[in-house]
Amino acid sequence: MDLLRSQASRTVLALGLLSGAFILFTGAVGMIAAFHDREVVDRFISLGQLLLLMAPFVTSYYVAGRLDEHGGAPPRILAAGLVVGLLTALPSVVLLLFNSDEFRFLLFLVLRLAPFVAASAIAWQRHQAGAEIQAVLGIWLLVAVLVGIVTFSFALIFEIKGDLRSVLVNIDRDWVDVITFDNRKDLPLGIATFGLASIGAGFAGSVLYLMPAVPRRALIYGLGITTLVGAFGETARLILQENVDSDTLREIFRRDTLRQNAALALFIISTAAGFLWAMYGSKVRENIGNIDSSSRRRLNFIGLVIFVAFMLLLPWLIGRTLSDVAVTIGIFVLMGLGLNIAIGLAGLLDLGYLTNYAVGAYILAVLTSIGPLGLFKGTFTFWMVIPLALLAAMFAGFIFAVPVLRMRGDYLAIATLGFGEIIGKLAISDWLKPLIGGAQGVQAIPKPIFFGAELKNPEQLYYIVLVASLVCLFVSIRLNNSRTGRQWMAIREDEDVATAMGIDTARAKLLAFTLSAATGGVAGAIFAAKVGTVFPNSFTVFISINVLSLIIVGGIASNPGIVVGAIVLIGMPELLREFSEFRFLLYGALLILMMIKRPQGLIPSKIVTHEHQSGVKAKLAAE
Amino acid sequence: MALLEVNDIHTYYGNIHALKGLSFEVDAGEIIALIGSNGAGKTTTLRTISGLMAPREGSVSYDGEEISRTRADLLVSKGISMVPEGRGVFAKLTVEENLDMGAYVRQDSDVKEDLKSAFSLFPRLEERKKQFAGTLSGGEQQMLAIARALMSKPRLLLLDEPSMGLAPVLVDGVFDTVQRIANDGVTILLVEQNAHMALQIADRGYVLQSGEVAISDTAANLQQNETVQKTYLGID
Repeated sequence: MDLLRSQASRTVLALGLLSGAFILFTGAVGMIAAFHDREVVDRFISLGQLLLLMAPFVTSYYVAGRLDEHGGAPPRILAAGLVVGLLTALPSVVLLLFNSDEFRFLLFLVLRLAPFVAASAIAWQRHQAGAEIQAVLGIWLLVAVLVGIVTFSFALIFEIKGDLRSVLVNIDRDWVDVITFDNRKDLPLGIATFGLASIGAGFAGSVLYLMPAVPRRALIYGLGITTLVGAFGETARLILQENVDSDTLREIFRRDTLRQNAALALFIISTAAGFLWAMYGSKVRENIGNIDSSSRRRLNFIGLVIFVAFMLLLPWLIGRTLSDVAVTIGIFVLMGLGLNIAIGLAGLLDLGYLTNYAVGAYILAVLTSIGPLGLFKGTFTFWMVIPLALLAAMFAGFIFAVPVLRMRGDYLAIATLGFGEIIGKLAISDWLKPLIGGAQGVQAIPKPIFFGAELKNPEQLYYIVLVASLVCLFVSIRLNNSRTGRQWMAIREDEDVATAMGIDTARAKLLAFTLSAATGGVAGAIFAAKVGTVFPNSFTVFISINVLSLIIVGGIASNPGIVVGAIVLIGMPELLREFSEFRFLLYGALLILMMIKRPQGLIPSKIVTHEHQSGVKAKLAAE
Repeated sequence: MALLEVNDIHTYYGNIHALKGLSFEVDAGEIIALIGSNGAGKTTTLRTISGLMAPREGSVSYDGEEISRTRADLLVSKGISMVPEGRGVFAKLTVEENLDMGAYVRQDSDVKEDLKSAFSLFPRLEERKKQFAGTLSGGEQQMLAIARALMSKPRLLLLDEPSMGLAPVLVDGVFDTVQRIANDGVTILLVEQNAHMALQIADRGYVLQSGEVAISDTAANLQQNETVQKTYLGID
């Protein structure tokens, strides 16, 4: 009993059961079975199985760290790994038993006893707290009836239907297959396999933690890289396809799955590379730190050249499908940089950014379309209209900013949200239908033509986005260090004090909204040219929310952060496409995790880092 | 002619009548103290003069010019500078950047010189010029707020409760500084709850009570005034 009460045991118990709940949950929503269809390594391990093993592995690694902090000895840590593995398997095994015909009676037993146990426990607690006997009996009756209604009705449903699927629709044969490692027919063997695998994975996690630093890091690199390449097999294959001949490709992949030999080779290579880096990485970094300033400048220059060359060659390295993703990412980078002027620099929470995007897209559509709604039928080209789209979006930004100038914070956010909705409704309205086509939208938008060549592929459109983003990045950096940038910073900090410094806050805010809108217009125009049609469904509030999220996830007011944020939040869902609807679950989980673990963003700006650190310091001081 | 003349102003927060016909004047080179209890209208008076609020009736004239309808940011270039209540430094800018913001309205190029003189007035700030203002102690933040207000080269400096939340030792330092600034020829309008300290450095003072001037006299006389002693100085 004492052992159970100690802090360490409670950690093991809580985290082990949490990991078990995770496995149960992912199973019950059908994720494990769905992921089982995706093999990470050919005929060896599927993504579903990997998920089953990753949970105890990662949890016990984490638990080992917690125990180590509190001075737990290695044997205890190893034991904890075993327990975590066992606890992870436990909930799913119980469900497996409930699901089988032989042991279903256990489920009924639990369901029938649950109301009485729960009622007695609560009543006992009330009794201990010194409640009157009538009150205790009343509570007992109430709880028993309430819980009983639920559990007895479930029992009834199960009895009539004969299995769990009537309630837990994803607890089906596929799930049983994955959980038992294909031993559905022989349940005890299946449970034993699953339990041992889980315990083994948990043990492996704690062994990994106890290893010396160098091999540990090498193994983490190796496992991590191999798993990533395997899990994103389709993407990896698409990239390789551009650079490797098809025979070699067939050696490495069977369709989209890494072959066993290739996986082994990749694991060995990445582990060896990880080993070298773990051994000598710090020394390399130290040497770079010691380089004198002139060679450092040369090194920086070489780095820049490599980076530019990489950015220029990117479409040819990654192929058409991924170039298309890159263009979408670029469009969102443009919008992120624009919105960041309002949110990051001036502190104006604008939730109606989609307005500018829609204005840019529709301006380009109407002016260049060669379809029935095109006003000029090809007289205007993409290049002529881009500046017009930019100006139109700026004008829209200006007009919408005027009425909300006096609002702050939350109120501003809601008002701008309203503008976004208005634009969405206008686009679909009958009133503007003769001009922009209502729900059907505008079609037949020609691709940009560059010196006689039609830029019709994503590989080519990529360069337009790249140039636009670079221009925008340059302007954004210059603005940040300018007198105007200072004005915005002061307003963001304290509007009243900014006024007391002699800043015309109304003018500065108008300027922020207007400039912020500009890139939204360009992004919209590029989007229209890329897709070739523009219709209202493309312009929902989720555009605004996505742009806002990528700024916050990347790091507010941080330009590199915005680029990374766009890659993660816009690019990842595209790459995760094969995980169908579960990618939104993963996306949501990622957002929550990010905000808990790294609220300052992936690449925070100098100011935000400071704020976060001083918050942490204050917290430490308070303790 | 007085540098600042406040004539019968009525200022409202929505329907709340905060200033009820307040009048006073400040001559060039004076230190004037506005004292009074919570809710007497001291801060509202400063906000009205500095243009952050507009009076519904009455006039404020500065250097012979009517300014009660002039926007706050334009008044800064006319030479009225305010140190807001609760210091109001830009926590996420460095000390140096804060001072630069103070010189925002200036067109001339002597800002570097003035930065030096600000640092000679407050040596502590020079030691911390690369630090974020939010990391300074309360007293240092108050110094920074005053130094920043001076960067716009004001003729009239409005100080809102400079002693608020500071340890007694630091309060003495702040009032010494205010005295020195006045000696350099800056006119000062000081709003304070710490009537004792304020009246020691002021030339004249006004006692505010529910939005009106209750008593006005020289600082020396106010210190002797029985009502003032009882109510604001805590002397029986």
